[in-house]
Amino acid sequence: MAEPNYSADEMMTIAAARLLKNNMVCFVGIGLPSAASNLARLTHAPDIVLIYESGTIGTKPDVLPLSIGDGELSATADTVVSVPEMFRYWLQGGRIDIGFLGAAQIDRFANINTTVIGPYAKPKVRLPGAGGAPEIAGSAGEVFIVLRQGARTFVETLDFITSAGHLDGGDARKRAGLKGKGPSVVITDLGVLKPHPETRELELVALHPGNTKEQAIAVTGWKLRIANTLETTPPPTQAELETLRALHARTARAHGNAAA
Amino acid sequence: MAELISLREAIAGLIHDGDRVACEGFTHLIPFAAGHEIIRQKKRDLALVRMTPDIIYDQMIGMGVARELVFSWGGNPGVGSLHRFRDAIEKDWPAPLTVNERSHADLANAYAAGASGLPFAVMRGYVGNDLPKHNREIKSLTCPFTGEVLAAVPSVRPDVAVIHAQKADCKGNVLLWGIVGVQKEAVLAAKRAIVTVEEIVDALEAPRNAVILPHWVVSAVCLVPHGARPSYAEGYYGRDNKFYSDWDDISRDRETFLAWMNRHVMSTADFADYERSLVGAQSKQVSHG
Repeated sequence: MAEPNYSADEMMTIAAARLLKNNMVCFVGIGLPSAASNLARLTHAPDIVLIYESGTIGTKPDVLPLSIGDGELSATADTVVSVPEMFRYWLQGGRIDIGFLGAAQIDRFANINTTVIGPYAKPKVRLPGAGGAPEIAGSAGEVFIVLRQGARTFVETLDFITSAGHLDGGDARKRAGLKGKGPSVVITDLGVLKPHPETRELELVALHPGNTKEQAIAVTGWKLRIANTLETTPPPTQAELETLRALHARTARAHGNAAA
Repeated sequence: MAELISLREAIAGLIHDGDRVACEGFTHLIPFAAGHEIIRQKKRDLALVRMTPDIIYDQMIGMGVARELVFSWGGNPGVGSLHRFRDAIEKDWPAPLTVNERSHADLANAYAAGASGLPFAVMRGYVGNDLPKHNREIKSLTCPFTGEVLAAVPSVRPDVAVIHAQKADCKGNVLLWGIVGVQKEAVLAAKRAIVTVEEIVDALEAPRNAVILPHWVVSAVCLVPHGARPSYAEGYYGRDNKFYSDWDDISRDRETFLAWMNRHVMSTADFADYERSLVGAQSKQVSHG
């Protein structure tokens, strides 16, 4: 098979972007979610409303922000509100369709960890912590998660639950009183996973071109379930690739190559 | 009533060892100059509060200013870890750091409750989250009207709030705009407030509904141009992203960190002097880069 003309990360970002629709209001996490959300806005979803927790509503950055509160986000926003207002009126108030998150670790029910690796009191690795994620995961209408799939990220047991996915499965979210529907899709560099309609355990539902289910099973820390119909993600179009690469190139120039 | 004084006088007079201090700024308008002055004056045993501790708190923690950190996201945005913050938590260097960890929604609500004179904030949060197992300050209560179980968290009531803003007028009224974070709430929640500003003007000429802190809720206004660098001040200068990525190397190792702090902060008289010391260091880097 010929080498594809795109990277696994590009496929992941493009697959994630395709899930966002033009009429959505999306609360965007920094990093991969931000790249995917802006790619969607620059391709098929020009009117998508992007919101960052720094208070910027309806922002249209020309380059990807390095931090959650870059000047680019403020300068191109419809309005900028205070952080308490953001979390109270806009997120907790139920005005967000999609919370779009990244994660350091995820488990089979799409609970995520961004707090510590190892014990909390004496962590092996101290991660940045919760930020806005727990309440985004709780209050957004539904949640998309994007992260690379590997032995260190897809784990049997999380060291710490920072943000609730489907907890221990089934209707656990509803019983716990969470308002939003929780994670509805997880996009990785290998494929796409969705929670089973009843058990809410993640199932592999699609592979990106060139990947195998054996690959996905091998790097997943639990016994990965495969959907009865396993689809193949359509490869990136030329337009998607060009738009994404131009966005990264502008970003690298703007940040003095600090981030790409 | 706001006094227009130097930053050195403000920090010396208004921040005492052992105080609870919130230096706020959500990526934008981070009070770096004030943080440096706290380090220079060797304040000790501070309980530091901040939603997003970044480089300035990394510097303060690494220089032994803090005994406790109340926070909700600690990292170098877009770059990676805060090495001094991690070293303090993982290895107790330079001193053990008590961690009081919360979420953004929690601290945002807790500041607003503090500004409102309330003892606690109520919010929908922390369901299915492990933080309440480790932080006994995070509790819950039942809504007396609907029966819904909600999170209850103590309000943030700092002894001192420290922020940076774009402008003040001669009376000490303060104007800020752009991403304004929780700065208004932090100032109103605190007993005392220090504000550094880019410039002092005769009249603010702000539009109605702008974020203004009247002079009578501010203790000291200090003129410190560039006082938020390497973060940014909308309308004045952009974020120095290169410094944020350079900090990763400067701070990774204890010796390199201490040498840098001693040269650029401890051995400089004020923020203008600090900026001059960086220009010297940068031109050296460029010559071999």
